Amino acid sequence: MDRAEVDSRIRVLIEPFNKKGVEVGSDTTFAGDLEFDSLTVMDFVAAIEDDFDIIISMNQQAEIENYGQLVDAVQQLTQG
Amino acid sequence: MSEGISQADRPQPPAEAVAEPRDLFSKFDPVIQTRETLLAGGVEDPFNLVMEKVLSPTRAICNGRDTILLGTYNYMGMTFDPDVIQAGKDALDNFGSGTTGSRVLNGTYQGHKECEAALREFYAMDHAMVFSTGYQANLGIISTIAGKGDYIVLDIDSHASIWDGCALGNAEVVPFKHNDIEAMDKRLGRIPEGAGKLVVLEGVYSMLGDVAPLKEMVAVAKKHGAMVLVDEAHSMGFIGEHGRGVAEEQGVIDDVDFIIGTFSKSVGTVGGFCVSNHPKFEIMRLVCRPYVFTASLPPSVVATAATSIRKLMHGGEKRAHLWENSQRLHGGLRELGFTLGTEEPQSAIVAVIMPDLERGAAMWEALLKEGLYVNLARPPATPAGMTLLRCSLCAEHSAAEVETILGMFERAGKAVGIV
Repeated sequence: MDRAEVDSRIRVLIEPFNKKGVEVGSDTTFAGDLEFDSLTVMDFVAAIEDDFDIIISMNQQAEIENYGQLVDAVQQLTQG
Repeated sequence: MSEGISQADRPQPPAEAVAEPRDLFSKFDPVIQTRETLLAGGVEDPFNLVMEKVLSPTRAICNGRDTILLGTYNYMGMTFDPDVIQAGKDALDNFGSGTTGSRVLNGTYQGHKECEAALREFYAMDHAMVFSTGYQANLGIISTIAGKGDYIVLDIDSHASIWDGCALGNAEVVPFKHNDIEAMDKRLGRIPEGAGKLVVLEGVYSMLGDVAPLKEMVAVAKKHGAMVLVDEAHSMGFIGEHGRGVAEEQGVIDDVDFIIGTFSKSVGTVGGFCVSNHPKFEIMRLVCRPYVFTASLPPSVVATAATSIRKLMHGGEKRAHLWENSQRLHGGLRELGFTLGTEEPQSAIVAVIMPDLERGAAMWEALLKEGLYVNLARPPATPAGMTLLRCSLCAEHSAAEVETILGMFERAGKAVGIV
């Protein structure tokens, strides 16, 4: 799966969690810009995991702070 | 989830400092502010209660008031059992006040062996290992058995000691939604072929007092070839035919690889343990760092624990009374109009859901002034940002005391405007 496809699928998945309608770019942070709390993170991660049929462990989540890093990580996991 | 202090069980990212100048303590500023705001409302500090005198498992003088205790996890009321106390006194006289050493050096006394023998008998299992606290039991076992390249799949509402065991080890950590069998199944199915798998569950979750569907979950874990660890801290001595916990009650105890428990609830002292039938289990004594690098429990503590565990094997009548108390409190609070954590009573924990932190704190204080102590649990320690008044019943609460407690809840609830 190419990066653009991963990106567009995650954009659809993030919509219900992006309550304030923040414009999402590569540098958009989950904790800061999107104000995701830990419960939102869990539900959002579960949605991505189910859609792509992957596991994003907590260890991997700790390395992901912004949207661009998430797309990269998911792309890598789908190739694995 | 845990005794609901003012922090989450799952480790959270550090908060932004609010005040200047910055130093290492600046990261605690948001916690300091929340606490000051709560206390500025004139509420007695819920996290600074002092018991000046303890009269029985169910009564104490708290902040100068004669108080009924309804938040101690002292489920079976063993803390003042005469046989238990005598065993502790004898051990103090004969073995001294402490061991001053690790279990693997000079810290294994006859009492530690007798305590482990009592646990093996209680659970009908081959191996038992006693730790200095329940926290260390989870910390030690989880961090040691799941190593680099292995996967830990655990419930998102797990106790802090489970999360910290994950953090101390090097395994990949994969949480799933609370009690969600399908979410757990899916995550186990995605783990790469050949990786070691450990599923961590709790029998009773202490925040809402709800029970896990262990029958289904253990079967799913076994289908995926995972080992299963169940923390039965809140069910020991009370749930299951022999008081072995929810896994026994649901008929799956033989498929559970490790049971973790504590002496600081039904057993009535302090300490933790793991029991297992794994043929290589004894090697844990040499490789589990939180076991090796800690002084062992004092002789009086293991003596009281062993005596209490043996008495709990014959605690059928007390168990029945504790169950009656839990059902009456749950039903009575519902009749009064309170919102509870579970539809039906599932354990000896009854969680009363408060509309918000302010009214929760006001209600907690109103109850304390009535002469009733319960646990105030608040976000982020609670699921879904709830504020809870957590009640844990004791087999030594009399039926009349439970009625008194309901009267206190009614008056306090009306005064605060919750019912």
